[in-house]
Parts: sequence; structure tokens; C-alpha cells
Amino acid sequence: MKKQENNKDLSLKKKIVIAVTALNAIDSPGPGVAVIRAIRECEDFDVRIIGLSYEALEPGLYMHDLVDKTYQIPYPSAGTDCLLGRLIYIHENENIDVIIPNFDAELFNFIKLKDKLKELGIATFLPDLDQFEARDKVKLYDFGQKHGLMVPADKIIFNTRELEKTAKELEYPLVVKGKFYDAIIANTLEQAEKAFYKIQAKWGLPIIVQEFIKGTEINIAALGDGNGNAISVIPMRKLYITDKGKAWAGITLDDDTYIKLAQKFIEITKWRGGCELEIMQTADGKSYIMEVNPRFPAWIYLTAAAGQNQPASLVKMALGQKVEALKDYEVGKIFVRYAWDLITDIKEFQQISGRGEL
Amino acid sequence: MTLKKNIATSEEGFVFNPGTGDSFSTNTIGGDIIALLKDNKSLKEISEIICKKYDVDKDQFEKDLDDFESQLKDYAIID
Repeated sequence: MKKQENNKDLSLKKKIVIAVTALNAIDSPGPGVAVIRAIRECEDFDVRIIGLSYEALEPGLYMHDLVDKTYQIPYPSAGTDCLLGRLIYIHENENIDVIIPNFDAELFNFIKLKDKLKELGIATFLPDLDQFEARDKVKLYDFGQKHGLMVPADKIIFNTRELEKTAKELEYPLVVKGKFYDAIIANTLEQAEKAFYKIQAKWGLPIIVQEFIKGTEINIAALGDGNGNAISVIPMRKLYITDKGKAWAGITLDDDTYIKLAQKFIEITKWRGGCELEIMQTADGKSYIMEVNPRFPAWIYLTAAAGQNQPASLVKMALGQKVEALKDYEVGKIFVRYAWDLITDIKEFQQISGRGEL
Repeated sequence: MTLKKNIATSEEGFVFNPGTGDSFSTNTIGGDIIALLKDNKSLKEISEIICKKYDVDKDQFEKDLDDFESQLKDYAIID
């Protein structure tokens, strides 16, 4: 009798259609594949995953055990109208329930569109523009000053002539950073100029020149409910860092300092959605917030592996479910990233390149 | 010296600090010392137990134990 009831429950489980971006699981990976992996592991719902890609060679496109169907979407620079048009087309085919964007550069457009997406019946769980902009690299120092959070001093500059004066104020070594990605440590004016041009060519202006803080890199994945409550906080220390500064291996930590810091950030900003705090922990015990990324990090699957499935909790909140704050997680859980040569056929490449769908 | 309360150890002499993510491997005697620290033994008691168990010179062992204590402090394993 009981078995029949269980079967009935299973048959009633609705298939949720979730669209996910950032399928570029490369050496500097986007979080999409990890987000999908975590969502698929959650037994509370059955899902159909729609990949949203920018490039035909994003590895996630070809991972058919994770991604059911992929559609190319326009680059963020094409603007919101172009993106909305494409999303409406995809929605007509797929009846999307939730979209989870995972790239810094695309978030502005998705946040701008979230009300229109809601009218279409597509849920998101994103910060407001105010929340999004408060943690912007360009404003982070002021944000820290205002709320009593330690953030390294910085200067926002638009040309290399400002470098010399900035270097006198902040002293070498300096960190030269792009507005979305990339950070280069410079020990001389020449190195700083070189870094400026390199980052400008890739990410445009302005350039952020930041005080160098020596310490241990700690990253915190956090999920806010939009009302000031942290639903999940998982601190991780990078055990192996690539030449691009990405974690290739990491371990979950047990330190209340980091948990409280993330909770404070979420309480102040009333953050809605996933985020990553990049912390530099100095030898004398100070925790500097180096950056706040407004989306899940690429290592987000570790949160699910450690017992707090942040992507699945985000989906539940996006669908209007009440989610209680998760407390316990496994300390000492390690991820080790690996590279894998995925084999596909020219037909698939041709299909995504030519038709924009796979 | 006392071992920090959340430090994880194994019989193989593996030490893990969950607060920092650092992990260390010790030799057999190092593992024994950490196990004794976990049992709240004093330095004097540790010295007596180790010197009884192994064929080591007591003066030399106490010097080595001092060095080991400094290392454990540097790595935030003990308070």
C-alpha cells in the first residue's frame, strides 16, 4: 500500500525546465556545468536542462547527459531587446520555468529583463540592480567603508597617465584589475602599464588599481533569499591555483569568521541569489573582501557535495518555495578539477554553428 | 601546549586543520606526540612516555620536542 503511494508521488513530480548559461567548462571555467550537475543531483525535482551558449565550442553543449538541448543566445553587447527576442523564441519551444544566468557580463541584461521574463512565466532569482551595483568592483571600496567591511584601497582609472600618481598613493606591488575579469600583479610602473593595456584590450575601461594584500585566498559561496537571510554559506580554501588564478582544487573549511562575514554581506545587501566572496586572510587574522562575484562560482558543485546544494535551493526559491537556512556541511570535502577530452561529431558542431541549436 | 579542539588527526600521523584547510604528515613519533596531546598530556608526560617507548636520548628528545612545539604553533595546530 505504502509503495503505491510513493509511486503516485513520483508520477506527480513535475518536470521543471531550467535554462542555464556559462557552459564553458574550460581552463577558466564558467559555473554552468557545475550548477547543472548540482541541480540534477537534487531528488526533489525532475528537470529538463536547456543550455544557453555564446560559442559553438562551449564544452557543456556536448555533455548530453547533463544538458538536454542548447540554444545560442546573443552576446551581452547586443542588448536586452535582442536577448529578449531570442529568449521568447526558446521559451515558445521549451516552456522554460527558471533561468539561471551565470556570467558577470550578462547579468545586467538579465536583471533588466527579469520583470518581462516573469510576465512570460519565466522565474529568475537575481539581485536587484542596486544590490548588483553596490558590490561592483568599481564601488567595492566605498561599499566596505560604508558598512565596516575590510576592502583593499583602490583607484578607478581611465588612462595610464593616472598610474604613476596611483602607485605613489597605494605603493607597489599593485593589482591591476579589469571591470569584469582578470587581475595582474605589478611591481613597477612598466609592469602596471603593460597590465593596463592588456586588460583594457580585453575588458575595456575603467581599470581598477588595487592595494596588494598578502595572505591566504579563501572563497565563500553564499546564497541569499532577498530578505537579508543567508540560506547557505560554504567557505573554501584553494589548494591548487592555476596560472589564471583559478582554483583547480579546494577544500571546505570550518571557520565561523567566514560564515559571519558572508551572512553580514547578505544581511546588508539583502542579496537575492548566489554570490561568491573572494577573501584574502592575512597572517594577523584580518579578512579582506577582494571581490564579490554576483553569481555562483565555478566550484559551486562542492556546496552540493558538502551537503548544502545551493543551486537546487536557488531553483526552489525561484519557484516560490520557502527554503530554510542550511546549517550543517561537511568540513574537509575536497574537489579536484580535471580536464577531459570530450569527443563529438562534426554534425553536432555544424548544427550548433549553423542553426544555433543542438 | 594544547591541541586546538577542531584539529583532526589520524593514526597514520595525518593532521588536518579544518579552519585553515592546511594538512600535514608527521613521522611515527610525531604522530604519537599529537595523539598524546589529544589526550591532554603535558610536555613532561609526553617526554616520559616517548622515551620509555623508543630508544632515544632524553635531552635530545626534549630539544626536538621544543622544535616540534614551535612548528605546531606556527601552523596553528596548538594554542
